[in-house]
Amino acid sequence: MQKDIKKLKIGGVEFNSRLFTGTGKFSSTEMMEQSILASGSELVTVALKRVDVRNHEQDDLLDKLRHPHIKLLPNTSGVRNAKEAIFAAQLAREALDTNLIKLEIHPDPKYLMPDPIETLQATEALAKLGFVVMPYIHADPVLCKRLEDAGTAAVMPLGSPIGSNKGLKTIDFLEIIIEQSNVPVIVDAGIGAPSDAAKAMEMGADAVLVNTAIAVSPDPIAMGEAFKMAVIAGRMAHEAKLAPQYSSAKASSPLTSFLYD
Amino acid sequence: MTEFKALFDTYSWEEVKQSIYAKTAANVERALASGKRSLEDFKALISPAAEPYLEQMAQMSHAISQKRFGKVIQLYVPLYLSNECNNICTYCGFSFDNKVRRKTLSEKEILQEVAAIKKMGYDHVLLVTGEANHTVHVDYFKKALDLVMPHFSNVSMEVQPLDQDEYEALIPKGLHAVLVYQETYHREDYKIHHPKGKKSNFDYRLGTPDRLGRAGIHKMGLGVLIGLEDWRTDSFFTALHLSYLEKQYWKSKYSISFPRLRPFSGGLEPKVNMDDRELVQLICAYRIFNEEVELSLSTRESEVFRNNVLKLGITSMSAGSKTNPGGYAVEPQALEQFEIDDERSPAQIAQMIKAQGYEPVWKDWDVALSQ
Repeated sequence: MQKDIKKLKIGGVEFNSRLFTGTGKFSSTEMMEQSILASGSELVTVALKRVDVRNHEQDDLLDKLRHPHIKLLPNTSGVRNAKEAIFAAQLAREALDTNLIKLEIHPDPKYLMPDPIETLQATEALAKLGFVVMPYIHADPVLCKRLEDAGTAAVMPLGSPIGSNKGLKTIDFLEIIIEQSNVPVIVDAGIGAPSDAAKAMEMGADAVLVNTAIAVSPDPIAMGEAFKMAVIAGRMAHEAKLAPQYSSAKASSPLTSFLYD
Repeated sequence: MTEFKALFDTYSWEEVKQSIYAKTAANVERALASGKRSLEDFKALISPAAEPYLEQMAQMSHAISQKRFGKVIQLYVPLYLSNECNNICTYCGFSFDNKVRRKTLSEKEILQEVAAIKKMGYDHVLLVTGEANHTVHVDYFKKALDLVMPHFSNVSMEVQPLDQDEYEALIPKGLHAVLVYQETYHREDYKIHHPKGKKSNFDYRLGTPDRLGRAGIHKMGLGVLIGLEDWRTDSFFTALHLSYLEKQYWKSKYSISFPRLRPFSGGLEPKVNMDDRELVQLICAYRIFNEEVELSLSTRESEVFRNNVLKLGITSMSAGSKTNPGGYAVEPQALEQFEIDDERSPAQIAQMIKAQGYEPVWKDWDVALSQ
């Protein structure tokens, strides 16, 4: 029997699955639904711009996400500054009846790089308004601590440029963030293969968010399941503690033997 | 104040053209193998030397596009507000010297057209006019935006170039994107094709994207009218313009179109013909050169062509388009700007997109995001 992994808690909500997913880039909403179900994901991010929040009862994409185990994580993709983000978050809360917000402020539409200054300001304001703020940021350890002070519920540092599938290019900084963080660390963006997700989890990330690698795979359903297993494996390994690595064999001429002569 | 003109003036059309035609297979292979492609690589990809590499380019373009944009195609439709025009453009059905009845939609007529377009399922609309500054001016556009905005998530414009302060007045009304095609970057030929009207000012048109960038527009569209001049050279200048703008106005998004000259009543024969293979080469070259730029394909192109290039790098398409003011509801029979080729309905196009394993996207913006 599989050992249960520890549940993850963010803003008072408990998650069994530590794999968060997205809704973009799928070939159809049916394919999206099946892939997300196969992934076991319980938190699914939805771009506010893609759904009809004013008539959300009739929105096809939202309709496919109506499953009792799935919570929606609206995101602010498309906004360019804190002011626009705060407005969008309030609209999302009103329409989708959730306090969770994935804060994405990328004024650069080419590489979708998050703006640290606007993100910090918006996090502070939204936390005061009672939101459970989950900001998408660079793998910047100092920014993570500043966000904690501002009341963030989690941090979502990028592994590599969003949509690039390049894996954990920021690994050295992610290690520092994980070591120092008092809030859950969710590696977001750039995770291209289940092995990247497993690696992030082994390192002690609390969760990962994967979209492109699943949606753009020729078989998104199978890939959703592959990520599910990788995240569980990585988390179990983290909880079980990895055996230490040795870069060379044990020295045959001890340096301290003189103490015992 | 930085202007593209300063960079543009350092290039000579003839030198660029010669260097494109001098590219070799080795240049093409180098371009295909490199990670980030330079403008020299782009020249190789659009050169005749790249023709034998078309399948490889198509595979690459397909893969890059899916990674970046996913298996989705954005749908939009043009709404022609007016065919009044004071410009003479040798290739256009709205040209001042073309003896046709002129029409500018009234407020009531705009709403009739909006209702017809909404019935087709659209949420992204492109407002189009000729250039008649006495009647179709910024105040008209302001009114039009006020009328149209409540019905759509995303509104773009393809109208005469405006001043920066005029764009600044329209953007807060919800204007998302502006398309301004240079038509051709060949200065002398430009003059021949635009002998009269405000449009004959090459430099004012060339500076339009700079004015848009300074005004803080979300997205701008570039392109040339293919058929006026050597398409390879014109496309190089488009890519040069794009690269300049991306660095200068990094908060704006960019899209490229590649309209081929279409027949209209009494119109111009293309000076340069571009065949389907060459257009595919150009589409793939743009995608391989710039992974993030949006590529748009209109109903100027045929059914068969559109079905097949959908997977090669295109990110947005129009469908069921009418190119005359009032064409959807008010006056379906009036004069068109150009003949469309693909006459399938939006529902048929959406079906075709789905059949190819792609999701037709009707909504990908929200007015709330720019408040």
